[in-house]
Amino acid sequence: MLRYCLIALTLIVTTPARAAVDIQPVTSPGGFEAWLVEEHSIPFVALELRFKGGAALDLPGKKGATNLMVGLLEEGTGDLDARGFAREVEGLAASFEYDVYDDAVTVSARFLTENQDEALALLRGSLVAPRFDEDAVERVRGQVLSAIRSDLKSPRDIASQAMSELLYGDHPYALPLMGTLDSVEALSRDDLVTAHQNSLTRDRVYVSAVGDITADELSALLDSLLADLPEATVPLPGPASLNLPGGTEVVEFETPQSVALFAQGGIEREDPDFFPAFILDLIIGGGSFESRLMEEVREKRGLTYGVYSFLADKDQAKLWMGSVASANDRVAQAVSVIRDEWSKAAEQGVTAEELQDAKTYLTGAYPLRFDSNASIANIMVAMQMDNMPIDYIATRNDRVNAVTLEDINRVAKRLLDPEALTFVVVGQPVGLE
Amino acid sequence: MKRFTAVLATLMTFSQPLQAADHNTSDLVTDFTLDNGLEVVVIEDHRAPVVVHMLWYRAGSADEPVGQSGVAHFLEHLLFKGTETLEPGEFSATVAKNGGTDNAFTSYDYTGYYQRVAADRLELMMKMESDRMVNIRLTEEDIETERDVILEERNQRVENSASALFREQKRAVQYLNHRYGVPIIGWRHEMEELSIEDALSYYGTYYSPNNAILVVAGDVTPDQVEALAQKYYGVIPANPDLPTERLRSQEPPQTAARRMTFVDPRVAQPYVSRSYLAPERNSGDQAEAAALRMLSEVLGGGQTAVMAEKLQFETQQAVYSGAFYGGTSLDRTTFDLVVVPTPGVSLEEAEAAMDQVLVEFLQEGVDEAHLERIKTQIRASEIYARDDVEGLANRYGRSLTQGLTVQDVQAWPNVLQAVTAEDIMAAARKVLNPKTSVTGYLMAEEG
Repeated sequence: MLRYCLIALTLIVTTPARAAVDIQPVTSPGGFEAWLVEEHSIPFVALELRFKGGAALDLPGKKGATNLMVGLLEEGTGDLDARGFAREVEGLAASFEYDVYDDAVTVSARFLTENQDEALALLRGSLVAPRFDEDAVERVRGQVLSAIRSDLKSPRDIASQAMSELLYGDHPYALPLMGTLDSVEALSRDDLVTAHQNSLTRDRVYVSAVGDITADELSALLDSLLADLPEATVPLPGPASLNLPGGTEVVEFETPQSVALFAQGGIEREDPDFFPAFILDLIIGGGSFESRLMEEVREKRGLTYGVYSFLADKDQAKLWMGSVASANDRVAQAVSVIRDEWSKAAEQGVTAEELQDAKTYLTGAYPLRFDSNASIANIMVAMQMDNMPIDYIATRNDRVNAVTLEDINRVAKRLLDPEALTFVVVGQPVGLE
Repeated sequence: MKRFTAVLATLMTFSQPLQAADHNTSDLVTDFTLDNGLEVVVIEDHRAPVVVHMLWYRAGSADEPVGQSGVAHFLEHLLFKGTETLEPGEFSATVAKNGGTDNAFTSYDYTGYYQRVAADRLELMMKMESDRMVNIRLTEEDIETERDVILEERNQRVENSASALFREQKRAVQYLNHRYGVPIIGWRHEMEELSIEDALSYYGTYYSPNNAILVVAGDVTPDQVEALAQKYYGVIPANPDLPTERLRSQEPPQTAARRMTFVDPRVAQPYVSRSYLAPERNSGDQAEAAALRMLSEVLGGGQTAVMAEKLQFETQQAVYSGAFYGGTSLDRTTFDLVVVPTPGVSLEEAEAAMDQVLVEFLQEGVDEAHLERIKTQIRASEIYARDDVEGLANRYGRSLTQGLTVQDVQAWPNVLQAVTAEDIMAAARKVLNPKTSVTGYLMAEEG
């Protein structure tokens, strides 16, 4: 009896909840744009800033300058030294997180309505006028060097770096964004000032805010926060030319479990085939869904705890990537199963049922993402960086539903490239070379 | 700069995140108990049409029989295999088809299962979760394959990380007689022998409505939840044979300091780590735990904490330092310190510097302005916590499976605010006792 009831309930999947997010575009008198969602039920604001560029803007020979610079943003401004700044932020119970990626510097701020002005004055100081005190530079440099040394002995980080070197040749992406021990040792205070001028620029900034703030307040905030930043002068790097030789590169490292990364070419977000490719990835190995790779590598054979694929959408490189980790004597089998699945999907495509399941998952899961100020702010700033229209959220599920079996199987043939699928394996794999 | 090394990111995998105050959220929380003993907590947040459905069992790795380490976690994996009415894998596939995500987790004192779905799918989740509370069906093949999966999970989480291996050994040294000294995921040689009978025996002993807590958070009302919980969980009879107490062998008094060194060529960044046995939060009696929580903030909670001030800013002997206290625990917990030395500073020097900081702190006491900033942050964290209803659900689930009540959770913010500098110093003098300490060195080669 129970089984029939379950089936009946399972079928009530027809209309997913609608994401009801009321985004207001805001333009400040100074010309800065932001997207806002007002949410006055909790007395705080989540503010997200993204500066396009990131570690890829490091000048030749200065790899790691942007990363070290970002690490110093919270280490003093104006008449506050590092500890003075930290005390002020703590006293306001605000939180500012600064981070760096290959293509962006990110700032995530959270502050209470009751002391919004003071919090923003501190944030402004950290962005516009960081001190780069000598003792702070040395202290944070020491932390970065420690992190680099750790990465050099972590199988996953070794694999990631080996893959980057293989893929990107002489493009800035080939070097680790933290830099190397040598390049970071050699950075001067001037290099940090230059990196700051080059990457925190007023014409490459994207902003979103969610919370207890009005459009007028946000508009004023934008000008006071950003108007004193410089214009960009360093061009973004051009597209990377990708080296995907196929085959498997082994990096010997003494550890019991091998870590494997794999890659082939990806797809532009603007490509009309992007949505079919996105759904195809989900079916093969994406996200939390019941993917083919999880079924074949983990559920059927017990070869790993996790195997995933994803579309890597870097500004200057589009890749289709994935990872798996298996004991040294079993990783060859895991790699072989992944290669077989890749070929099978390229030749035979997916089934109508797989496509339908993927659509109900994607369309049902989408509105669930908009459940907090922090997550809405993150989604909105990413949409702006990807040049998406402000009404995208309302149309996104229609785009998913528009994908046909014909589309997805045509795209599988077009994009999946078993010959180019390149593996990097770090460990002591048996039966791979 | 806060985000620091990979070594430290996983340093406290199983400790508790910031335990924040609760007075701003208690009006959103409703709790009741069904006749069969199932406790239910409902947390309302109507901003988005989303619900988190969690079922927590008061059973974790510390409740396992001797010789079967890892069976609690193994069973957690096996609950995604079939039941009398669900095919293997169908549970998660059904959640996914409904646009949801699901997962599960195991700790020393609890095992939990959760789904995040559209609010109108709550009934389906309850139907399936209540089903697998009592109806799982396992085959020998499930056991063999899934045992390989958990062994690969152990490889990934522990064997491939020198730091994780070090923490595992150090905990084993800290707990002489309590199961907290045995890793949640299990010792490899015992994991390899786990059988279908072991899994089903643990299941039969601990999985029942009178040993579970249902937490539902999001766009729901208590009336809706109560009606559905009655319909699906309410019909499952209580297990009359459930052990009335969670009997674990407790730690004897520690009378000698213990030391250990873990050497692994994969260590890039050596560090010294110290733990002290410490009292945990107890129902109706949380004051000492609150003082210890504040002590961890004062000593090692960030850039302006005592350890950072002295070791990172003044003497510059450390690239990183910190103090941690996981107060939510059924039995005795630990208070932990860590110092990552700068190049050229040995672990012996780092340890001596850390001890010097403690000696000076016990003389100098707490800076009142610093304490005030910490209290401000804790007050504010309650406001921020309301943006994360899943985090609130976790807070209640963790607390209620570890000996606390809804009232304790809601009293905690006020208990924290009431802590004085004298309370903190009294707790420090009691807990930071060299005799009840374990000191560990993680290094790349014998020093």
